[in-house]
Amino acid sequence: MTAMEYVYIFIPLSCLAGAVVVGLGGSYVGRVGAHRITITGVALSFALSLIVFIDVMQGNRFDGAVYTWAVSDGIPFEIGFLIDELTALMIVVVTFVSFMVHVYTIGYMHDDPGYQRFFSYIALFTFAMLMLVMSNNFLQLFFGWEAVGLVSYLLIGFWYKRESAIAANLKAFLVNRVGDLGFLLGIAAVLYVFGSLDYLTVFTAAPQMAETTVPNTETLWMTVISLLLFVGAMGKSAQVPLHVWLPDSMEGPTPISALIHAATMVTAGIFMVARMSPLFELSDTALNVVMVIGAVTAFFMALIGLVQNDIKRVIAYSTLSQLGYMTVALGASAYAAGIFHLGTHAFFKALLFLGAGSVIIALHHQQDMRAMGGLRQKMPITWITMIIGTLALIGFPGFAGFFSKDAIIEAVHFSNQPAASFAYVALTAGTFVTAFYSWRLIFLTFHGKPRMDKEAFEHVHETPWVMTLPLVLLAVPSIMIGWIYVEPVLFGGFFADSIKVLPEHDTLARIGAQQDAAHSIAWQMVVHGLTALPVILTLLGSVAAYLVYILRPDLPGMLARRLSVAYNILMNKYGFDEFNEFVFARGARRIGSFFWRAGDVRVIDGLMVNGTARMVGWFSSVIRHIQTGYVYQYAFVMIIGLFAFMTWFLSS
Amino acid sequence: MRNYLLSVVIWLPIIGALLVLSTGSDQRAPLARKLSLIFSLATFLLSLFLYSGFDVNTADMQFTEKVLWVSTFSIYYHLGVDGISMPLIILTTFLTVIVVIAGWQVIQEKTAQYMAAFLFMEGLMVGVFASLDAILFYVFWEGMLIPMFVIIGIWGGSNRIYATIKFFLYTLLGSLLMLVAFIYLYHQSDTFSILQHHSFPLSMTEQMLLFFAFFSAFAVKVPMFPVHTWLPDAHVEAPTGGSVILAAIMLKMGGYGFLRFSLPILPDASRELALFVIVLSLIAIVYIALVALVQEDMKKLIAYSSIAHMGFVTLGFFIFSVQGIEGGLVQMISHGFISGALFLCVGVLYDRMHSRDIKSYGGVVNTMPVFAAFMMLFAMANAGLPGTSGFVGEFLVILAAFKVNIWYAVLAGTTLIFGAAYTLWMYKRVIFGEVANEEVRGLTDISQRETLCLGLLAAMVLIMGIYPYPFLEVMHASVEHLVTQATASKL
Repeated sequence: MTAMEYVYIFIPLSCLAGAVVVGLGGSYVGRVGAHRITITGVALSFALSLIVFIDVMQGNRFDGAVYTWAVSDGIPFEIGFLIDELTALMIVVVTFVSFMVHVYTIGYMHDDPGYQRFFSYIALFTFAMLMLVMSNNFLQLFFGWEAVGLVSYLLIGFWYKRESAIAANLKAFLVNRVGDLGFLLGIAAVLYVFGSLDYLTVFTAAPQMAETTVPNTETLWMTVISLLLFVGAMGKSAQVPLHVWLPDSMEGPTPISALIHAATMVTAGIFMVARMSPLFELSDTALNVVMVIGAVTAFFMALIGLVQNDIKRVIAYSTLSQLGYMTVALGASAYAAGIFHLGTHAFFKALLFLGAGSVIIALHHQQDMRAMGGLRQKMPITWITMIIGTLALIGFPGFAGFFSKDAIIEAVHFSNQPAASFAYVALTAGTFVTAFYSWRLIFLTFHGKPRMDKEAFEHVHETPWVMTLPLVLLAVPSIMIGWIYVEPVLFGGFFADSIKVLPEHDTLARIGAQQDAAHSIAWQMVVHGLTALPVILTLLGSVAAYLVYILRPDLPGMLARRLSVAYNILMNKYGFDEFNEFVFARGARRIGSFFWRAGDVRVIDGLMVNGTARMVGWFSSVIRHIQTGYVYQYAFVMIIGLFAFMTWFLSS
Repeated sequence: MRNYLLSVVIWLPIIGALLVLSTGSDQRAPLARKLSLIFSLATFLLSLFLYSGFDVNTADMQFTEKVLWVSTFSIYYHLGVDGISMPLIILTTFLTVIVVIAGWQVIQEKTAQYMAAFLFMEGLMVGVFASLDAILFYVFWEGMLIPMFVIIGIWGGSNRIYATIKFFLYTLLGSLLMLVAFIYLYHQSDTFSILQHHSFPLSMTEQMLLFFAFFSAFAVKVPMFPVHTWLPDAHVEAPTGGSVILAAIMLKMGGYGFLRFSLPILPDASRELALFVIVLSLIAIVYIALVALVQEDMKKLIAYSSIAHMGFVTLGFFIFSVQGIEGGLVQMISHGFISGALFLCVGVLYDRMHSRDIKSYGGVVNTMPVFAAFMMLFAMANAGLPGTSGFVGEFLVILAAFKVNIWYAVLAGTTLIFGAAYTLWMYKRVIFGEVANEEVRGLTDISQRETLCLGLLAAMVLIMGIYPYPFLEVMHASVEHLVTQATASKL
């Protein structure tokens, strides 16, 4: 093994080692040991990821197996790494956010009895997520995919005494499993069509398979494969209608809402589709479906964010909406923009969640914004950093989210796909909504008069440095990252061969062609953005929020009453939960109950098994009457029998 | 030694059983326990010698022994193992050790008899997997029923008589038809040698009739829908050890029978009737999973889950591909570990609370955190989580099924959702939540002995999930040979 191969393997293993030692070490490790060991692990991981990133930038890539998991029918299933630009970017984002969250957790979980368990889980999560993004084949991708799902399940239900938490984690797992079914079938289809699960083998062969169809139909295999894989992405990246688990996942402690349910795991679906770009590119049908689903998610989930009162749920719906933006980018073949938004979003959304967590801790686990307000002076660092996060989220020109989101909307604008016009409208309108709910959160939390009792307000103070430092460290990339990376990542061929785009789909190239060479692209985007519709709508949304929540605080209540129909629809989240509960959860139980009582108990056991026994019993009770014990009756029967037998014998 | 190793693995536990029985009354129970442990461990170690001496590159029978037994009917004491039976034998010897340890304190009455019954059964079960003579096979096959009958009948629950009779009649009726099939084959071929039957030509009509004769024996054992209803009853009434052996090994006899008899002896009928078996398998996967969802009794739930998981085995076998059969075999072994572990988990709870009812529990994690962690692992394995053994077989079978018909794969794949639903919903109601009642509050976490049992099984579940390579490697040659047999025509 070369030195770099050791580096690759230590990136996930140092997290796994931390998780195992802390998870099984018990009291030998202790609380301090727990965070020291896991943080050392993830910090090492982050440092090594940076080394890999630099190494990849110099043109070094890697594709190789670590070990053979199994062989069946001559097909090897392997565990291995593919290190290219996409992987390098992902591992840096994952390990950095994870590192920040680890540090922050020291403060957030300080009083929790499950402190050690928590660190073990998040380290395990980081391991699983790294295995997912570093994989060089579909099988390991699925391994990581399910493993992050497992840890997500464990962490949503971290406070296992709460009924709401253990309902939410079961729901999350099952909804994800629906997606996983599609994913697994997609993998089976890949193996069937290509005879291999190795990325590069499959991607290289894909163009030749572009025209092959499912037997006896005209459906392209590429469409089937892409759509099945996308079902998996819909589960993990919470796209409508498989989004229902994500808001409920807020039952978990806030650090994991930031790490798992905003920055990393939920973006796995986006990553996966980008990784599979050589397959998705070959099916326009799939791309259009992706775009429509993404657009619906982006706009309609943002709307729900307008009416939520739980600070974490607002951010959760915002996450859903932003995932929709990323998904649309994938559908518009602007994979680089999708991944770039994934990266910027990871920073500013983690920042927003951790900021919310800081508020929650300061208010002793109060999450309802109706009981907040006026925290600005009490928590200045949290306030400033959250404003930075908000500016990044709404896409204020110059902040990280601006570059990535604007690129997505522009890409959709340039896309020739039939679904593009719908997506364009949805995303553009979404910018207004995003700005509105984002500022609403800031205003309700930090501005206006405090809506809690006076004594409680007096006792509020800024959280300790272990919590604010990650906020500051996350705020830095939320401001800067766009200026530095927008040009190479989107227009400079950063991803090289790791993402494939057909020339006729290449929307980003069309945007790039419009830029002049004299100025930096970032600068041109800002200048152009200032006069473009999305930014104008963003500013309008911001002004509207200011108007409603600062100048006329009586307006929201009035609006809710006036527009009660719309308000109720949003409060009920379009009724997805009720529908699922009634049709799937209760439906499955009813069918199961019917099968059991009617099938197993009544027909099989009642009629057939015990019925046979009863038959035998009845038959013998009848037959018994013949056995009278009287010799003359037996003799008589014998004679009759003998006579009948002889008649038959002689006559034949 | 090598020449008789297989016989030793069969007869050593039976001799051990006689010795244990000779300790007699419960006053000498400690001695009985120790003897049982020694014999089961020794058998396990010897079976590992079998494994280490096993050549994975050939499909031929290994460690063969052949002695004339009844000359009139040319019945032989003929033994041998191949890549299909090898892993099942190890599974048997391994789980017997677990069951002996698990019963250490729990069984306080008729201890020697209890332990002896399991040792008897171990020998007989290994005998089933090692027999190459049809009559010898039949003797072991039926003999195995007796100790199980006794175990449920004596150490079982309140409704044990109904359960034992149902269990006995179900399986006996099936196996009698199998005996008829053996006799027919003997009449045609003048031999009871299973290997010679493999190459003996048979007409389609003969094959069809024989197929149903065999099918009635194996389908009951698997158990396949609709002859599965004995299993939940037997499990509910059986003591923990009985449930473990029943689920982990006895259910594998049916699958083994399909591979040893139906597929190679009756290839044309097997292919002709494949759709029939596949449909029954898919019904098991979907229908039974839904039935499992609404069970209120933990043991019943796991029993139904076993039936659904066995659906993957028969589905995989009747696809007639290497991947399908290997997937089915892996599923059999993995299910041995997982269902065994889950029944032990229920046993752990039952020993403390004397209830199998999900409603009696809630919040067990508060008082038994270590146990909760183990059960989480096994629940996830039961739900087929990658990284555990439960994933490997299902994955391979779904891949294989997809190649034959996409809809088979879709229906089989629903286990991803349903399997997780019934397992984790049960877990949620039993383990998570606030402490439900005073009895739960008074629970003590698992003892060292229980930790040992669950820990060993957990290790196997993880090893097999993370590195299934060696498990599959053993099978390759034999399964490939089997597929050529099953896809060739005898007509």
